[in-house]
Amino acid sequence: MATNTGLVTGVNGNMVTVVFDGDILLNEVGYILIGEERLKSEVIRISGNSASMQVFEMTNGVKVGDSVEFTGELLSVELGPGLLTQIYDGLQNPLPELAAQCGFFLQRGVYLQAIPDAQWEFTPVVKKGDTVSPGETLGTVPEGIFTHKIMVPFGFSDGAWKVVSIVKKGSYNVRSEVAVLEDEKGKKESVSMVFTWPIKRPITRYKERLKPTEPMITQVRIIDTFLPVAKGGTYCIPGPFGAGKTVLQQMTSRNADVDIVIVAACGERAGEVVETLKEFPELIDPKTGKTLMERTTIICNTSSMPVAAREASVYTAVTIGEYYRQMGLDVLLLADSTSRWAQAMREMSGRLEEIPGEEAFPAYLESTIASFYERAGIVRLKDGSTGSVTIGGTVSPAGGNFEEPVTQATLKVVGAFHGLSRERSDARKYPAIHPLDSWTKYSSVINQDKVSYARSILFRGNEVSQMMKVVGEEGTSLDDYTTYLKSDLLDSVYLQQNSFDPVDFAAPIERQQIVFDLLFEVLASELNLEDKKEARSYINEMRQAFIDWNNTPQDSERFGQYKDEISSALKSRFISYDKKAMKILQSNQVV
Amino acid sequence: MQKIYTKIDSISGNVISVKAENVRNGDLAVVTSKHGESLANVIKLNGENVTLQVFAGGRGVSTGDKVRFLGYPMRISYTEDLMGRVFNGSGIPRDNGPTLDENMIEIGGPSVNPAKRIIPRNMIRTGIPMIDVFNTLVESQKLPIFSVSGEPYNEVLARIAMQAEVDLIILGGMGLKYDDYLFFKDTLEASGAMSRTIFFVHTASDPTVECLLVPDISLAVAEKFALDGKKVLVLLTDMTNFADAMKEIAITMEQVPSNRGYPGDLYSSLASRYEKAVDFEGAGSVTILAVTTMPGDDVTHPVPDNTGYITEGQYYLKNSRIEPFGSLSRLKQQVNKDTRDDHRALMDGMIKLYASFKESVEKKSMGFQMSEWDDKLLKYGDLFESKLMDLSVNIPLEEALDLGWDILSDCFDPKETGMRSELVLTYWPKDN
Repeated sequence: MATNTGLVTGVNGNMVTVVFDGDILLNEVGYILIGEERLKSEVIRISGNSASMQVFEMTNGVKVGDSVEFTGELLSVELGPGLLTQIYDGLQNPLPELAAQCGFFLQRGVYLQAIPDAQWEFTPVVKKGDTVSPGETLGTVPEGIFTHKIMVPFGFSDGAWKVVSIVKKGSYNVRSEVAVLEDEKGKKESVSMVFTWPIKRPITRYKERLKPTEPMITQVRIIDTFLPVAKGGTYCIPGPFGAGKTVLQQMTSRNADVDIVIVAACGERAGEVVETLKEFPELIDPKTGKTLMERTTIICNTSSMPVAAREASVYTAVTIGEYYRQMGLDVLLLADSTSRWAQAMREMSGRLEEIPGEEAFPAYLESTIASFYERAGIVRLKDGSTGSVTIGGTVSPAGGNFEEPVTQATLKVVGAFHGLSRERSDARKYPAIHPLDSWTKYSSVINQDKVSYARSILFRGNEVSQMMKVVGEEGTSLDDYTTYLKSDLLDSVYLQQNSFDPVDFAAPIERQQIVFDLLFEVLASELNLEDKKEARSYINEMRQAFIDWNNTPQDSERFGQYKDEISSALKSRFISYDKKAMKILQSNQVV
Repeated sequence: MQKIYTKIDSISGNVISVKAENVRNGDLAVVTSKHGESLANVIKLNGENVTLQVFAGGRGVSTGDKVRFLGYPMRISYTEDLMGRVFNGSGIPRDNGPTLDENMIEIGGPSVNPAKRIIPRNMIRTGIPMIDVFNTLVESQKLPIFSVSGEPYNEVLARIAMQAEVDLIILGGMGLKYDDYLFFKDTLEASGAMSRTIFFVHTASDPTVECLLVPDISLAVAEKFALDGKKVLVLLTDMTNFADAMKEIAITMEQVPSNRGYPGDLYSSLASRYEKAVDFEGAGSVTILAVTTMPGDDVTHPVPDNTGYITEGQYYLKNSRIEPFGSLSRLKQQVNKDTRDDHRALMDGMIKLYASFKESVEKKSMGFQMSEWDDKLLKYGDLFESKLMDLSVNIPLEEALDLGWDILSDCFDPKETGMRSELVLTYWPKDN
């Protein structure tokens, strides 16, 4: 494609205006040349022969009259084997390689190859003369624990492509030709293991989108039992600072029951990414026996890195996610935090002097957020298998107020809402997901009736505690008081989870099932208790036992013993089951 | 590059614009007026119009004054001679010492590659139990003290600076009251730490633009010293003044304000400063302790709010005490696993009980009957406040932990504390 050139006419922060000749595309990538340095930028507005470009670097030293080179291509990422275990910045620059080349600091204008030049063991699955369509598999390479499919590039035109030639099984460089394809008009194209795809366009080379139903287990009790997320679904975690958004995301990135995790650290603290960077290569995934890093790609555009690249980083992440979905894998994308991305949009909108919407966010904020989350989904591929991309985004609302535009725009499009509360985090109740305000549209693995019953205890307990603030403990009946204690028990031994305890930090679903069933019995039982003092001390003992149980490995002998101890402690005071609970228990036995 | 321009087109607040050629974004210029010379830097280019912010302010600048572009961005000298000296926001000495102009370095440099960062690992001991036990300060951390005006935040800052084991202290003062500046100077001199301290001070009466330069200049110097192997502690007080200075310039530049008049890039601007806190593998480190005053004690005000999202925790200073609620050191988990095995559990357990104590106090103030449990909590809360929370308490961490168990055993049965049984077995004082 012919490339155009232009000249800088103005600089305002990270926005540069340029006059150009010829034709340019919206969202086309251009480079501003200052001496030896080339600053990557993207065209975001064109008017007449002048274009506004957002620069993905600091603009110090740019002057009027500097020349600009346009590439004729949209902002794209490279897709191919070798994406996993990588640590990229928002523009898919590999950070460790950058560090090796430039040292401690991020030198601007240095862009490296995203996919390392490596040899891969290629096994063809089609033969000469076969017909294939974009997204279908030509061959496979083993990438760590996965079979990485080498597919017909998604950018090829729809319709049948004939395989003119394909290489034999063997080791090939990632960028060397593995096949030649010919379309219906006789146009031949060479295919290697790598191709590019523009990040702002969703990859839709699948047969159909399905409804997300299968739960994605996170091993966080409050999520899996009360507020589950489905594979291919979306959820958001808004919360004020210090409420534990990032710790929750880190727990999920380790324990989630998916094939691949993509962590997009978007405009957040560098220190937090570092923990992931340093720990993942050492943590063993019990499911595969390999390190967690082997299933992870990290996109890292932290708060002090250039703002414009922050916007690109979430798209880079989701594009890589969609690419692996095309191979029939389950992908989880964790974006922390989408508010920073929205703020990057706001900064740019301000520089473009657009008419501001609420809190100066641009008017297109909602539609942009919606179209990003819509890229999640579970799909049936052309070969009949399914793959999914689940998106979990944190939101950092200004002042912890969920009424602000980014939270509201996000809530409109997601399937589950895990709202973190300052009140709970102040009381060190982690994860600080508010059990009553949060909601989900997906269904749980645990019996739904039992969950609703437990939830009703929480509601009732909350009411009683409000009431007690007015009438005092002495004005509360023993029944109500016991309900309050039970809801407190449920909260402290089940909803709360110690992410720093070697056992408690991950609760497999079988374990949740066992603990929840027993806890349900405690909640559902009418107990023989003399007075409030006895009730308090009895529930305290229960709590102690459950906490010790939670900290005991499931395969140890103590695990069963704790269960028996709690059961017999319950029996000693048991009178009968509550009527509603009785029905639930009976209907379960029938089934 | 030494061409002099003698026609200033517009002067608005601290921002002037001239028609000039071949000027680069960010470059410095000297504006010469009747009242003397001032530096200015380029903040916007539009065709031949160059917009600059004048460090000494626009007051007294005439349309016929001279503007001379220097062809380089803002710089500061980096030498050992900086130690013990006091400068203003543009790096000009305010202590009658000589001007330093050797080995000039640029300020506001690029950020550290996240792949080169390391997990923080060294605790900074302060002797304040509310910090050491409950919210441990860690080397390379960035942490603000959230405070209402009138609280002794500068005293706390000075005390931590005195007791912390670091090689170099850099004080960046923004909108500092002259008295406070003298307080820091006197305290550091009295303790003999002045020779390892560098001051960059903008006082409340100095021009606004200089306030904007203080964090960058302080951190650029800190970063260089850290690369040369020094453990540097940077104290920034008060970052709310810095944000207000940004607001002032943004409004003069007619930018669309986002929230309460602050510019849309408030978060990014604060972050690029705070993120300079780092531990260089094989070299030194930069730790940032800042003060953010909360206008009207409102933590949802844009400045503390954005700061909270950037920094690794915060200390709330209220009624001359570091509040256990809301105060948080995000990095404490990196170090408190290696101190003593009861550290974490005690930290969480005591705070949970203190939260219950607060509820009991509320109940009591409303005139409800106190249960036996409430009485225990009330006793506990009083002991906790007087023996651990008081800022005058100055004891090492281990002593503070033992004191914690003593307080618990004075008030409760082991079962009531929610502590794991094996910890109770080891640490519960035996004589009770």
